[in-house]
Amino acid sequence: MTAQAHSSTPSSAPADFTAARPEWLDGLWLILPTLLIVLGMMVVPLIGIVVVSFWTQTGFDILPAWNLDNYRVLFTEEGALYRILIMKSLWMSLTATIAVVVLAYPMAYFMAFRIEKSKLIWIILLTVPFWTSYLLRIFAWKVILGFNGVINSGLKFVGFIDKPLEFLLYNPTAVTITLAHAWAAYAVLPIYVSLEKIDRSYLEAAQDLGDSKWKRFWRITFPLSLPGTISATLLVFIPTVGDYITPTLVGGTSGIMIGNSIVTQFGKANNAPLGAALSCIMMLAITLAVCAFLAAIGRKRLKAADI
Amino acid sequence: MAAPMISLKSVSKRFGTFAAVDSASFDIAPGEFFSLLGPSGCGKTTLLRMIGGFERQTEGDILIDGEAMGIRPPNQRPTNMVFQSYAIFPHLDIAENIAYGLINRGLDKASIAKKVAQALDMVRLSGLGNRRANQISGGQRQRVALARAIVCEPKVLLLDEPLGALDKKLREEMQIELRQLQKSLGITFIFVTHDQEEALSLSDRIAVMARGQVLQIDTAAALYERPNCREVAGFIGNMNFFEGRIVSIAGGVAAIEIAPGQHVRVPATNGAAPGETAIVAVRPEKIDAVATAPQGSDNVVSGRALAGSYLGDRSLLLADWREGTAPISVSLQNRRSAVDADIFTKDAELWLTWPIEAGVLLKN
Amino acid sequence: MESLRKHFNLLSLFAVLYLAFLYVPVLLLPLFSFNDNIYVTLPFKGFTLKWYENLMANSALQAALWASVKVGVGVSIGSTFFGLLAARAMTRYRIPFRRGIYALIMLPLVIPYMVIGVSTLVILRRGLDVDLSLWTVGASHVLITVPLSMLVLIARMEGFDRSLEEASRDLGDSAWQSFRRVTLPLVMPGIVSSLLLCFITSFDEYLLAFFLAGSEATLPIFIFSSLRFPSKIPDVLALGSLILMVSIVLVVFAEWLRRRGVSGSDSSVL
Repeated sequence: MTAQAHSSTPSSAPADFTAARPEWLDGLWLILPTLLIVLGMMVVPLIGIVVVSFWTQTGFDILPAWNLDNYRVLFTEEGALYRILIMKSLWMSLTATIAVVVLAYPMAYFMAFRIEKSKLIWIILLTVPFWTSYLLRIFAWKVILGFNGVINSGLKFVGFIDKPLEFLLYNPTAVTITLAHAWAAYAVLPIYVSLEKIDRSYLEAAQDLGDSKWKRFWRITFPLSLPGTISATLLVFIPTVGDYITPTLVGGTSGIMIGNSIVTQFGKANNAPLGAALSCIMMLAITLAVCAFLAAIGRKRLKAADI
Repeated sequence: MAAPMISLKSVSKRFGTFAAVDSASFDIAPGEFFSLLGPSGCGKTTLLRMIGGFERQTEGDILIDGEAMGIRPPNQRPTNMVFQSYAIFPHLDIAENIAYGLINRGLDKASIAKKVAQALDMVRLSGLGNRRANQISGGQRQRVALARAIVCEPKVLLLDEPLGALDKKLREEMQIELRQLQKSLGITFIFVTHDQEEALSLSDRIAVMARGQVLQIDTAAALYERPNCREVAGFIGNMNFFEGRIVSIAGGVAAIEIAPGQHVRVPATNGAAPGETAIVAVRPEKIDAVATAPQGSDNVVSGRALAGSYLGDRSLLLADWREGTAPISVSLQNRRSAVDADIFTKDAELWLTWPIEAGVLLKN
Repeated sequence: MESLRKHFNLLSLFAVLYLAFLYVPVLLLPLFSFNDNIYVTLPFKGFTLKWYENLMANSALQAALWASVKVGVGVSIGSTFFGLLAARAMTRYRIPFRRGIYALIMLPLVIPYMVIGVSTLVILRRGLDVDLSLWTVGASHVLITVPLSMLVLIARMEGFDRSLEEASRDLGDSAWQSFRRVTLPLVMPGIVSSLLLCFITSFDEYLLAFFLAGSEATLPIFIFSSLRFPSKIPDVLALGSLILMVSIVLVVFAEWLRRRGVSGSDSSVL
């Protein structure tokens, strides 16, 4: 096989090349295992959950009786809780996402434009906090904000307060702060990559054509960083809507999100069809929110940003 | 020609209706330095890559040393390639790069080492064997790529614009080296380039390509002196064109009316017939420009000077001869002390003359 | 003075504050892990290593840690292998529906784990009656890490000149030899990044494991259940600090490896 390189292997070239195996078939074989994983572990389950969402739970059994009851419930009096939870989840994720992106952008800008040497050190510095367990990162905020937490015990120790402040933990604001911290790296890195890619001569050209630094930022830098900023936004928003850990640990009763109630349906409440319907509604809500977001940015700018 | 080393049998590469290479058929002799010349996108690289086995032809077949290649992969073909980017493996040093193909031929370590040393010596890189690609210059990288391909002793060496990335001076040096190497090794070279000067100076024969088609295959001199179509004439060197109609053919000379009442004469070609439209092509250096009406010249066209430029060894003159046609360019050797200085003044009246055999008759 | 003013401005101040915001909560954990107080509260009472000693004796914790390592290693190897094949198909072949296939493989990145978790649970339990185990956790982790691996490796494969592979074929390599002798060494930094990224993602994943692990707990499941019991928290803090330390060592090692490697310029050691 190896020594044959230039020797005369008997030549029997097929005259008809359509008979030869097309090259892309090899490529398809390579990607097939991955496709099967995605089909088996995602597409089939997603179809499954949509189907189950139209079924009914009676006692311990799920009846494949097709109906819209699970969805109808959401529009009745007793479904008000779910409606509120979905809206609240979207709202909390949105605030957290805005907080994350707004805080991350200047940091990314700093890394892209102010750091000249050893950018990698900064990237590592930024990611190290994310090497602890996600759970413990969330828990750290419980430690900080809790009834006997760092802030309360600290303030008490120095004598600022007598009684612990109770408004710190177990509310939507605590969830937002915690999410903003937990997802920071997911926002900084894509924005940084976008900014880093910008050809510095564009900026010089803009200034040469009369832009002030501030104007230059809004006319050149920001539009060109849109791809990273948009992916940062989506990368944070989508998973946080369905988050379970954060609201459970720091949300309290006022801070629970739709994810908590889905878990309840599959667990304690033992109503998988309703849980399935809630999951579908959540995905739908996320999809709509994302579409609305992209529509707000506008097709023209999306095209210009090459997404 | 002896049994050809390479024989292309109506080789095509089509993507839907677009033909990157359209039914190329020609032979290349053993030991020939053969160039594929054309503007970018003309299909020359695709053709080379099909010979090397990197792309499959959609029709036809390629014979190398009498053997049909079909869709054999590159590792089963008696060819080696010098890539445009050189493709020196960055994770291996220079010696390992050169040994790369030898290892596949099942040679023992000692003879590989010997061959590598010889190859390094041949391309004057002895002592650099343990450097990496990013530690040597562009010209050295080019020579490594060459050595790496040549040690495999291919029947045909394929070179894809190998000098394109080098600066002008280095390129000229490498051209000479390449030519010497080819002569001493006696390997068939197929050389792809868009640089006509490079092709003219290096090649035994050149195939000029455009839009996937091979327009003309000939020696450098023949391509320059006797192009077979307007495209070849225009691509190689500079050329002036006069469009007109053949009015008569007599004694091997055709008379063409290029403007009402104005005729030029040119050697007739096979198949040309009176009444057809035709093009007369004349090289700038074959035209003389004078300030007074000449007597007894074969062809005379009067005109006006548009612009002139002094280029040291020669002067270039642009002259208008008829409204609505491209100006004629004339290249005048500065050998004589006095090329008529007057004719370079803008709007100066002048006469352009050239002998019959200087023109080439082309089909329109 | 001039240079000082140049370096000290609002943006730099913000960057420092931002890093503080990121680090302070995370650094509290190792700090409290040495505090001689069962309650995580100020003021510090005294230095102790007893929480670390407790780790040695905590068999449930060790079992969970071992389970997570097993799943993580399996997932990172599996995902990197499939990701490598997929990345090659994406970068080197003209496969039909390329964009569609790419989007489909990337889709798990933008679907909440909650949804993936419950739907996989429904299919496995109600549809196929598969017993939940670390295998089911691993399978779902492969689903969410394969896109990461593919992304990293596509970036790496696009980063080097395609004619390098052609050259090796030209010099007599078969397709497999060419892959082994040229592609693999050049992609190696990407493979290391992918292994790390997939391992960490799997090792840290809670929701999918929560739905799909059955009776065997992975480390995040163990940690989450421990957080409800204040008495167990110091142990968890000690464990978290150890994980952080090992992670840092791992990152530094990977970075060192990358610098030693060939001219790789990607910084995908996230």
